[in-house]
Parts: sequence; C-alpha cells; structure tokens
Amino acid sequence: MRRIISLLMENEPGALSRVVGLFSQRGYNIETLNVAPTEDPTLSRLTLTTSGDERVIEQITKQLNKMIDVVKLCDLTEGAHIERELMLIKVRATGAQREELKRSADIFRGQIVDVTSSLYTIMLTGTQQKLDAFIQAVGDAVILEVVRSGVSGISRGDRVLSP
Amino acid sequence: MVKLSGGEMVVQALKDEGVEYVFGYPGGAVLHIYDALFKHAGDMTHILVRHEQGATHAADGYARATGKPGVVLVTSGPGATNAVTGIATAYMDSIPMVVISGQVPRDRIGEDAFQETDMVGISRPIVKHSFMVQRAEQIPSIIRKAFHIATTGRPGPVVVDIPKDVTNPVDKFDYVYPEKVRLRSYNPVTRGHSGQIRKAVQLLLAAKRPVIYSGGGVILGNASTQLRRFARMLDYPVTNTLMGLGAFPGTDRQFVGMLGMHGTYEANMAMHNADVIIAIGARFDDRVTNTPSKFCPEAKIIHIDVDPTSISKTVRADIPITGPVDTVLNDMIGQIEEMRRAGAGEPDRAAIADWWLRINAWREAHGIYTAPRYDTNGPYIMPEDVIRQLWEVTRGDAYVTSDVGQHQMFAAQYYLFDEPRRWINSGGLGTMGFGLPAALGVKLAFPDADVACVTGEGSIQMCIQELSTCKHYGLPVKIINLNNGYLGMVKQWQDMQYSGRYSHSAYADSLPDFVKLAEAYGHVGMRIERKEDLRPALEKAFAMKDRLVFLDIVVDPHEHVYPMHIAPNGAMCDMWLSKTEKT
Repeated sequence: MRRIISLLMENEPGALSRVVGLFSQRGYNIETLNVAPTEDPTLSRLTLTTSGDERVIEQITKQLNKMIDVVKLCDLTEGAHIERELMLIKVRATGAQREELKRSADIFRGQIVDVTSSLYTIMLTGTQQKLDAFIQAVGDAVILEVVRSGVSGISRGDRVLSP
Repeated sequence: MVKLSGGEMVVQALKDEGVEYVFGYPGGAVLHIYDALFKHAGDMTHILVRHEQGATHAADGYARATGKPGVVLVTSGPGATNAVTGIATAYMDSIPMVVISGQVPRDRIGEDAFQETDMVGISRPIVKHSFMVQRAEQIPSIIRKAFHIATTGRPGPVVVDIPKDVTNPVDKFDYVYPEKVRLRSYNPVTRGHSGQIRKAVQLLLAAKRPVIYSGGGVILGNASTQLRRFARMLDYPVTNTLMGLGAFPGTDRQFVGMLGMHGTYEANMAMHNADVIIAIGARFDDRVTNTPSKFCPEAKIIHIDVDPTSISKTVRADIPITGPVDTVLNDMIGQIEEMRRAGAGEPDRAAIADWWLRINAWREAHGIYTAPRYDTNGPYIMPEDVIRQLWEVTRGDAYVTSDVGQHQMFAAQYYLFDEPRRWINSGGLGTMGFGLPAALGVKLAFPDADVACVTGEGSIQMCIQELSTCKHYGLPVKIINLNNGYLGMVKQWQDMQYSGRYSHSAYADSLPDFVKLAEAYGHVGMRIERKEDLRPALEKAFAMKDRLVFLDIVVDPHEHVYPMHIAPNGAMCDMWLSKTEKT
C-alpha cells in the first residue's frame, strides 16, 4: 500500500543521509522524496512516499522515529490530507501541436512558463495521478524533459505536525 | 573559566565523563589529542592496543562486564576503518561505546587527503548516532551528547569524528562541561504503559504452559534481580538467549537452558508448546525462532523491550510493552503482589505443575544437563568436557569471553552462568577475533577475577596480536583454545549440508605452534593432547595468577554442536540431537 510519510528533522548535515540510508540498508523503497527547511530554520520538513504491507510500514515509521535527528513524524495517509506535486515539463510544440498543447495545459490548469518557437515548458501542480494523466494526455512523442518535485502533503483540519 | 585547546577539551571531557580507560592507537590526525593525553590524562589510563579492531573489542568487553561505556580513540583513514568491525559488533549487541576518530583538517576534507575516509558515512549503518565536529567550541557538548546517547534507552555505539585542525593546541577556547543534555528528538521511554502491563499480567496468570524468554536486554537494563523475583513468584520456566545467559542463574531449577539454534531440547520444546511466552529484552532473532511462520504456533506473545522497533519486527506481539525492562518488571511484580494481598494473583498451580512434569520429561529424554550427550569413552578430549571442567575449576565464577563458532556454542551450553555480565560474546554480528581483546578489557575492569577466553584455533588468529597488549599491561587472562584443526562450525555445516566437502575449512598442517607463539609474546603456553592431562593443566593455569596462559587443547576434530535446529523450514521443535538422531 502506498503511504505518505512526513517528518520534521534537525536541519543538520548528515540528517538526510541517515534517513535515506535507513531505507537502503533495510531494503525499503522510497518512491518520492522532498525536503526543505521550515519557518524554523533549525528544522527541515521531509516528505516521502513509500509502499509496503502494514508490517513494513510499521517498521519504517518506528525506525524513522528512533533516529536521533527525527523530531516528529506522521503517516499522512492515515487520515484526511492534501497532497500535491509540482511538475515542470518541456514539450516539443510546433505546428498544430502548439495549439493542442496549450489546450491540454489549460484543461489541466497548467501554466506555460517558458516559450520558444518550437518548445513549451509547462508547470503543473496536483496529485501524482493528475500529473501522470497529463503525461499520458500529451504523449511520449512530444515530451523532452520531465521534472517532478515528489509528493508534498499536509493533514486536513486541526491536525498539525509540530516539534 | 578554563581555556583549553580542542585536543585538551577532548581529554578533559572524557575525564569529566568519569572515563577510566581509553582503548586506542595514535596516528597523524589524533596527535594533538594524544599530546593532550600525555600531559593531562590524570587518572584516566590509555591502553595501547596492537590493532584498532582490538581497541573496539577491548572497550566492548569492558563495557559488557561493567555496564559502563567503552571508549575508543583512533586516527583517521585506516585507524577508523579498522575500528569498523568492532563498532558493528557493539551495535548488533547494543553495547554502549563512544568512538572518537580523527579526521583530516577541515580544509582538506573531500580532497582525498592522506588517510582521509568518510568515517561518518562508513559507520552510519552501524552506529546509534554520529557527530562530525565542525568547531572546537562544540567538543564538550558533543562528547556529552555522545555519552548520553550511547548509554541511555537501547544502548549503542556513537562515533565522534574530529578534524585535526579543530584540536590544534594553539587555539584556546572557554571550556565548560554541560551538566544537562537537551535533545528534543531523543527521549527514551522510562516506564511501560500501565494498561498494557495490566493486560500482560492477566494473560500471564491465566497461562497453562508459560515460558519466560529473556534476552540480552535484561543484562543491559540491569534487570537481573527483577527477572529472578518475577520468575520465582510465578514458578515459570525460564530460558535465556545467547545474549541473556546469566540474567537468570544457569544452575537454577527453573532454568531450562539456552533456546534457539543450539538451544537445549527442553528449552526449544517448551517454547514450541507454550501457550504464553513473555519475551523480556529479547528480539526474536533468526537464530532463536527458526522459521518465523512456524514459530510457537499456540503461543500468545507478550513482548517487553525498550526499543519499539524490536517489537513485532519478526514475530508479532499480542501484548507489546515499550519500556525499560527493570521498571516494567517492577510494575508487573507490584501488580501481582497487590493482587495477592487481595487474595488473587496466583497462577494456575495445577496446570503449572503438569507443565513442569512435561518439561522434566524433556530434560530426562534429551537434556544435555541430565547426562553427557557426547562421547565420553573415545580417545579424544571432548570440547564439551573442556568447558565443564573449566566451569568446575573456576567454580562457575569466571568471566568468560568467546570468539565465534563451535567453541562459542559449547561455552554457552556448558558453562552455567549464575550472574549477569559474566558471559561476553559477539552474538549478533558473530565476530571472530572478539574474544581475546574483549578478555583484556574485562581483566582491566576486574583484575582479581578469573577471566577466560574460550576460543578456537581459527578465531584466535584473527586478533592474536593483542597478546602483546596483554604483556604490555600485565593482563593474565587464560586462553582456552579448542584446537580441532578445522574451522569447526564451517566444517559442521559442510558435514551436514555439503556431504563433507571441506571447502577451505581445513588447515591443520599450517597452524602455528601456539605454545611457542605464546612464549614469543612473553606468556606461558601449554599444549594438552591427552584426556588425563586436561584437569591438571587447567588447575595449573588458573593457579598462575599473574601469568597469561595459553592452553592449546587438542580436541575431537569431528565433534558437532547439538542440539541443532533443522533449517530451513523447521520449527522451534525440529532439531538434530546428534549426528544420527532428530526430533
């Protein structure tokens, strides 16, 4: 089962490598990962998506919690939450395709953020599935480069992850 | 306020931490620290080992025997990488240790400088935590944190990597050793959950076929006294893991022996047939459980551990209790006593009596303590008999370190430890070469005690250079070398699973003359080949209080360790009992 695990950790050298190392050394999988400092510069927020059965997820969350650098952790998928991912996608846009790509971008509420005579760079945000769907809609033939941020997420309502 | 250089701060911080012994080896990146040690060591003693692996194992042995953290000081590059096996050994067995490694100067890091290695990176998967010192001012607080992390919660090794220029003797800084440690993300639990404890007590008291399965956590958590009280008030059978031997007395009627791959028949049968198992500071290791899906099919499991990641990792716990084993056991004892004052809190005595009848029948049938299960009439000295006699000669009161292999299992089976912290072995990592340096660490801590290193001719050669350290510091340990001319456990597996094809496990023709070798290092060597010479040799060796004696004992080359779990796909109850019999 796919899970979104989000955690606060010390913004210190080596902290990220410990988190990532935990996954590789115990044979767990990281599908997406993003990390950046929070409003408190001593803390970083890290969000990752992983998959596994209940026992694996339980071990992952316990092992992460045990790390000295990890201050707080939550499994966003346990409750209602919002998840978003940002994608920058560079596509070949010539002739009739130019108009078609513009329309697709509009339908997906994307923005064209860079234009040349033969290219568009489109920025899109949404769930993983929405970004996947856009890639499918425009088709491999026109895609030159895809950059995705990995999933970010936050709980709905009153739930707050704070140190 | 005192002004100290970085190097002096390292030494002062160790003194402020109450460190007695530092096990180390100097080199370029730590020379400033060594100079500070030369001038300011005070009561703290540095032990110069002969290889950095020896430093970590010696510190580890010291830590296991005393409960205090072991301290290691090594240089950068090869000094640090040589220490890695010892750090991993300590990590797997949760031993408190602080390892200070030198590093190249800050402005050289990343340039592939001489003796540079990324120690924080290399050691990352085998430490509880690590620090890279960035500025000299951080040294006191980092060392304070390192000791705090190493010794609290589930203990473990902590690496502190210090670039050489940070320890520069010219630059002086204000030194204050912090009294308190503040780590917002690290707060080990101090008590178990009372609701869970209540449920556990109810389940335990209702048990008809209970087993107390206690592990190394009981020793690390200094809960041996609580375990004994708890077990005696219930009269339930107790089994110890390899790491837990001595937590419950080996000679006690309630003790059914070690469990697991080479556990006793009665311990493994009791586990397999149990209806309630209470695991205390044990981690359901693969050398205990055999095939996890077949593990103890009828048992409800209560699992107490200070580390929540140990709970339900391999075998799911029905009642998990996260907490230090001593306080949790105290709480359980308190609850049972309270119930007893109200006229309840008694186990099902009739069911327990029946359970003991079954266990005693297992003991009678195949127990290694009811009758010798090895050949007593053959021409050879039997390794089991060496351990039994060692136990007798030392009145069961020695500190016994071991290496890894058949001799380790024989020692675990036949030396009955009545006290915790007497059995010092590398259980998790299984590190050959551990025994001798560990023994010297133990002997430093307990100079008046008998310290025996039970080893084999394979393992002893992996850290034999520490004979020189023993000479240097006058550490008269006794080395019991069970010499069968083979890598015994490898050979046993090759006998059992590879039709006796001894692929690279035989080397009898190229073994050194251990007597001469011991003598070359300035010690006493004895070779024992005949049965009748064994006892007098042991007695003579232990009577030589101030000499290291190396007893090279020629034992049956073809003996196997039994019982042995049938694997893969076996359950706890599936065992080989001898070369021809199985359950």
